[in-house]
Amino acid sequence: MKKIKVGIPRALLYYRYNVLWKNFFESLGCNVVLSPETNREIIELGVNNTIDECCLSYKIYVGHVLYLSEKCDYILISRACDYGKKDKVCTRLNGTYDDIKHKIPSEQILDYNIEYTKLKFPILGFIKMGLKFTKNIIKILYSYHKAKIKQKKYDINQANSEKNKLSKTNKKILILSHFYNIQDKFISKYITNYLEKNNIIPIYSNKLDKKITNEFSQYFSNTLYWKYSKEMIGGLYYTKNMIDGIIFISTYPCGIDSLVNNLAILKNKDIPTLNLLIDENITELSLETKLESFVDILNQGGTNE
Amino acid sequence: MNKKISFPHLGDYYIPIKYIVEKITNCNIIIPPKNNKQTIELGSKYSPDDICMPFKYNLGNYINALESGADILIQAGGGCRYGYYAELQEQILKDLGYKFTFINLIQDNHVSIKKLYKEAKKLNPKLNIFKYLYYLLQGIILIITMDKIDKYIRENMASEKIPGSFEQLEKQYKNNLTKGNLSIIKIIKRYIKYKKAFKQINLKEEKTLEILLIGELYSLMDMEASNNLEKNLIKEGIKVYRYTNLTYLLIIKRFMRSILLFKGRKYLKYPLGADGTESVVHSIEHAKKGIDGIIHIKSFSCVPEINAMPTLAKISEDYEVPILYLSFDGENNISNIDTKIEAFKDMIKSKKKSN
Repeated sequence: MKKIKVGIPRALLYYRYNVLWKNFFESLGCNVVLSPETNREIIELGVNNTIDECCLSYKIYVGHVLYLSEKCDYILISRACDYGKKDKVCTRLNGTYDDIKHKIPSEQILDYNIEYTKLKFPILGFIKMGLKFTKNIIKILYSYHKAKIKQKKYDINQANSEKNKLSKTNKKILILSHFYNIQDKFISKYITNYLEKNNIIPIYSNKLDKKITNEFSQYFSNTLYWKYSKEMIGGLYYTKNMIDGIIFISTYPCGIDSLVNNLAILKNKDIPTLNLLIDENITELSLETKLESFVDILNQGGTNE
Repeated sequence: MNKKISFPHLGDYYIPIKYIVEKITNCNIIIPPKNNKQTIELGSKYSPDDICMPFKYNLGNYINALESGADILIQAGGGCRYGYYAELQEQILKDLGYKFTFINLIQDNHVSIKKLYKEAKKLNPKLNIFKYLYYLLQGIILIITMDKIDKYIRENMASEKIPGSFEQLEKQYKNNLTKGNLSIIKIIKRYIKYKKAFKQINLKEEKTLEILLIGELYSLMDMEASNNLEKNLIKEGIKVYRYTNLTYLLIIKRFMRSILLFKGRKYLKYPLGADGTESVVHSIEHAKKGIDGIIHIKSFSCVPEINAMPTLAKISEDYEVPILYLSFDGENNISNIDTKIEAFKDMIKSKKKSN
């Protein structure tokens, strides 16, 4: 029998649940098709098929989805709304499903919804998705838990290696951004490569232990209600004494970052910061000039005031 | 010494809000000058570039208020990133060197009545919970009645026989809104009196063009933010429907979630955040009734409304209703937007004639 092909767009929530998704669908006997790293073709696809006021991260997401649409039987479209009363998710992600629906045939969509306040726990979503491939609920639950454990192991490994990086003596810069920006090749590859070339260790805020960073976000603000921002900004306060500078990366125009990043910059004037806004027309040259002067400031040991 | 409290503008709502805050805190209230070009310029100067427009207006209001001596600022909000304005605004103003206390009424992305009571109690120790709830109720009734009158004006002013008669009465009404010693019965009596007066204004028989205004709350409720779009449409004899107002946002909205999703089930599976769902559902309802056109307005990069736009486009296609999308960023090249509106109006006029 031909295996069912499930497409996973390599963007947004993929970077949080990659191991979970892949293992879950594979153990149900599906063929997982992953879209390639973001490239020009995908960006063009995304930019041409979205409203131009969307943020770049979302345009990239749509690009990945459209890239997959002719290559798979199903495409995983995840919607996230909240992880509890105080842990909301960007409104952009609330509308993914209803936007994508107009772009690809709806029978191709495999959707699940994370909304804890309405009792839509991830496990229910996975059961619903799993029932499309098998009638055996026990198999679905088993696959889900196995995949979840693998994801957890993966996260812990990442957190440990990031922690080890912190104890090195080289200059260290914290890359502060949403997880879907940091790991996207188009958005931050050039920046991290540049730092590594200059013997600076980039510390990734998204790879740090999420439980710890979540707690540390209290030092920033106790009314912040976006989960992903909490984890991101908690990373700053967690590593603050061990790093030499911070690079904020946000995709233009990000609603949350326009508040959180700017507030973080105002609150942390004692440490050199660089705020990079990335849009689809960014050139390596313009990034290079900014990074160059920032690295210069770091090497002189001053702050950027 | 008596403290001076101030809060940012939102259309004409400063009248009832001033009344509530004055009564429960017993402090002086400073109302900053109404939103104008200077407000947004001042606000933009000190705001981050990629922030949305209401933030800039709010910041402009605060600076104006602080300059005229305010020492307590209040912020409310919720829904989208509106809920997180307060902290950045406080930080920016403190960095500018102003001395003030900032009261942030938002808890978990919603305006918290409990928090307001606690803060008011600090300022006015004589306040008790019954008094507080009584004044809050008065304020809410004020807002509801004001919204009802506003709605009547919006939907009927376009066909007035003598130009200016609505405007004059509206001015009089809003000036008298909180005059004298108020009680709930008095507010309702006053409302009935004015409602009668409004109904006595002569209206033309012929049918006018009808437009539905949807979108983000600030540009809808604050006339200055949208360059008086709503007023200009009405003045040109176009009947305007608009549902977003404080009554809706503060009271009705919390009961509407599942009803909205049910009504919009053909187009939506999940809520879109903030007022995006409302935009879609109201469009569907009016498109079915055969509205002449829909104008969707928002401040630049407003995420919930962008979420709604692909669905709106689909509705426009299915029901053959023209939709105009406008984005305001505070530094509008007004002529550009005016041209768009002119063209849109001409289009729906000719469409109406040909039918």
